[in-house]
Amino acid sequence: MSAAGPPQGARPPGRVRRAATLGGEPSTRTRTMAPGNIAVWTLLLLGGIVMVMPFVYMLAASFKFNHEIYELSLLPREATLDNYRRLFERSGFPRWFGNSLLIATVTTASVLFFDSLVGYTLAKFRFRGRYLVFIAILSTLMIPTEMLVLPWYSMARNFGWLDTYWGVAFPGLMTGFGTFLMKQFFEGIPDDLLDAGRLDGLNEFQVWWQVALPLVTPALSALAIFTFLGNWTAFLWPLIAITDRNLYTLPVGLASFSGEFQTEWEMVMTGASVATIPTILVFLLLQRYIIRGISLAGLKA
Amino acid sequence: MIRRLEDMTLGQRRAIWAWGFLALPVVFYVSIRFYPTLEAFRASFTNWNIVGRMEYIGVANYVRLAHDPAFWKVIGNTFTYLGLGVPISMLLSFVIAYHLDRVRFGHGLLRALYFIPHLTTAVAMAWVWRWFYQPPPIGAFNVWLTTLGFGQMPFLRSTTQALPAVLAPAIWAGIGFQIVIFLAGLKAIPRTYYEAAAIDGAGAWRVLFEVTLPLLRPTIVFLVVTSSIAYLRIFDYVYAMTNGQGGPLDTTKPLVLKIFETAFTHFEMGYAATQTIVLFVILLAISLLQLKLLRSR
Repeated sequence: MSAAGPPQGARPPGRVRRAATLGGEPSTRTRTMAPGNIAVWTLLLLGGIVMVMPFVYMLAASFKFNHEIYELSLLPREATLDNYRRLFERSGFPRWFGNSLLIATVTTASVLFFDSLVGYTLAKFRFRGRYLVFIAILSTLMIPTEMLVLPWYSMARNFGWLDTYWGVAFPGLMTGFGTFLMKQFFEGIPDDLLDAGRLDGLNEFQVWWQVALPLVTPALSALAIFTFLGNWTAFLWPLIAITDRNLYTLPVGLASFSGEFQTEWEMVMTGASVATIPTILVFLLLQRYIIRGISLAGLKA
Repeated sequence: MIRRLEDMTLGQRRAIWAWGFLALPVVFYVSIRFYPTLEAFRASFTNWNIVGRMEYIGVANYVRLAHDPAFWKVIGNTFTYLGLGVPISMLLSFVIAYHLDRVRFGHGLLRALYFIPHLTTAVAMAWVWRWFYQPPPIGAFNVWLTTLGFGQMPFLRSTTQALPAVLAPAIWAGIGFQIVIFLAGLKAIPRTYYEAAAIDGAGAWRVLFEVTLPLLRPTIVFLVVTSSIAYLRIFDYVYAMTNGQGGPLDTTKPLVLKIFETAFTHFEMGYAATQTIVLFVILLAISLLQLKLLRSR
C-alpha cells in the first residue's frame, strides 16, 4: 500500500495526528477511526464485496456439478474439478489459451523494445525531423482501431496473413501510447549518465540498452502489464482476423461458446474462470506496479 | 573552424544513430497506421465489397448513411450508452474514491476489490452477467427479485431493459480504473489547501465544492474524455451478451457493431468505412468539445 501511494512525507498532518494519539491506546482501529468513519468503512467494504461477487459466483459455479447449478449457494456441496477436465478435453480451450499466451507475449516484447527505443530517441537525441516524428506518432492516438480494422483486413487478406498468428499480432507491435509514456520517463534521466556511458566506449545502442533502460524499469513494467492485459483481452481484431477455430484467442473462443455449451452454465463459467484467473493472479502479484503505473499514466496523459 | 567541424560530425553521427533506431518504427507507423487511415477515408468514397472491383462513387455512401434509419438507430443507442454510462460511472467512482482516500485501514484491500473487475476479459464477464440475467431458477437476479416478492424481469430479452442490462457490466468493469485515477488526483492535492480551509472554518461540503472539485478539474477532464470515448466504442459486451446481434430488435446495437456487421456480414466494406469515418469524427469532436467546455468553465 505505501509503495503505491505517495511518499510517506506527503501527509504530514495525518502523521502528526497518529503520533499524538499513539500513547496507550491498544488497537489500530479504535485509534484512527471515529464511529462515522467505521460506517463509511463498512459501506466501502460492502461495496467492494458486491464488486467481486460476479467472480465469486463464477468460480463457485465452475466447481459445481450440473445438478447443483440452480442452487445459489456459494459453496458447492460436493466440489469437483470435473468441469475443468471436460473443458480441457472436449473444447479447443487448451489451444486457445496457448494462442492467447503466445500472441500477448510476443506483442508485449515487441512493444517494450520498440516503444522504449523510440521514446528514448525522441527524448534524448537532437536531430532534424524529431518534432515531426513525435507529433506524427502522437497523432496516431487519435485514430480509433475501428477505423483501421477494415484496411488491416484487406492488407492481411492480400498478404495471406488471415488465420495466422502474425495476422493477429502485427497491428499491435508498436503503440503511440507506450512511446509517449516512455519518452516522458526518459526525459527525466540526466544526460550526464548517458555521457558517462559514452566515455566508457559504449555505442549509442549500448548506452540505451545498458545505461538508460535499467533506469526506467518501473515504467517498463507498467507498460508490460498494460500491453499484456490489453492483448490478452483484445477482441475486435482477433475476431476479424481469425476464422479457424484452432487459432482462436481465448476471448474469441469464449464468445463462440453460445453454440457449444449454451445450457451448460457450469461449463461456461469454467471457461470464463480460465480466462479470468490469470489476469487476477497477475494483478495480485503485481498490484503495486499496476496501480502506480495507471496513476502515473493517467497523470502524464 | 576545426572544432565546429568536429561538433558537426558528432551531431551527424548521433542523427544517423537516431534514424537507425527510428527506421523500423517509421516503416511501421507509415504502413500500419497512416496508410490504413488514408485507405479508410478513400474507401468511404468507393463501393468496395472485397470481391468486386473498387469504384469511386463520390459521396454516395455518406448520402445513403444520412438516409439509413438503421444508422440513426445505432447512433441513438451509442449516445444512450454514453449518456447513461459517463455520468453514472463518474458519480459512483468519485463517491467511492472520495471516501476511500480517507481510509487508512485496509486501504489496499478495498482498492483491490474495486479494481479487480477492470482487469477482466469482457467476453468472460459478459457470460457471467448473462447467467445472472437468466429467468428463474437459473439467473441470480431473478431469483432474488422473486424471493423479495417482486416480479421477474426479462432483462436481455426486453427491448427496453436490454441496453441498461448490457451497460451495467461495462460500468462495473470501468469504475475500478476511474477510482484509481481519482485516488491519484486526490492524493496530488496539497494538504495545505485543506488546512487553510479548516482554519477558515469551512464545512465538509464547502471544502468539497470549493477546494477538492476545482483542484480535481484536470483529473475530471481526463476521465470524462476517456470514459466517453470508451462508451462510444462499446462493442465487446454487446457482442458477447447478444450473440453478436445487438438485439432484441437492434435495441442494444452500438455503432461499432453496425460497422462490424456491414463489413463482415454484408461485406459492404466501402459503406462500413464511411461509418468508421463518422465514428472518428464523433470521437474527435467529443474530445475537443469536452476539453474546451471543462477548461473554460
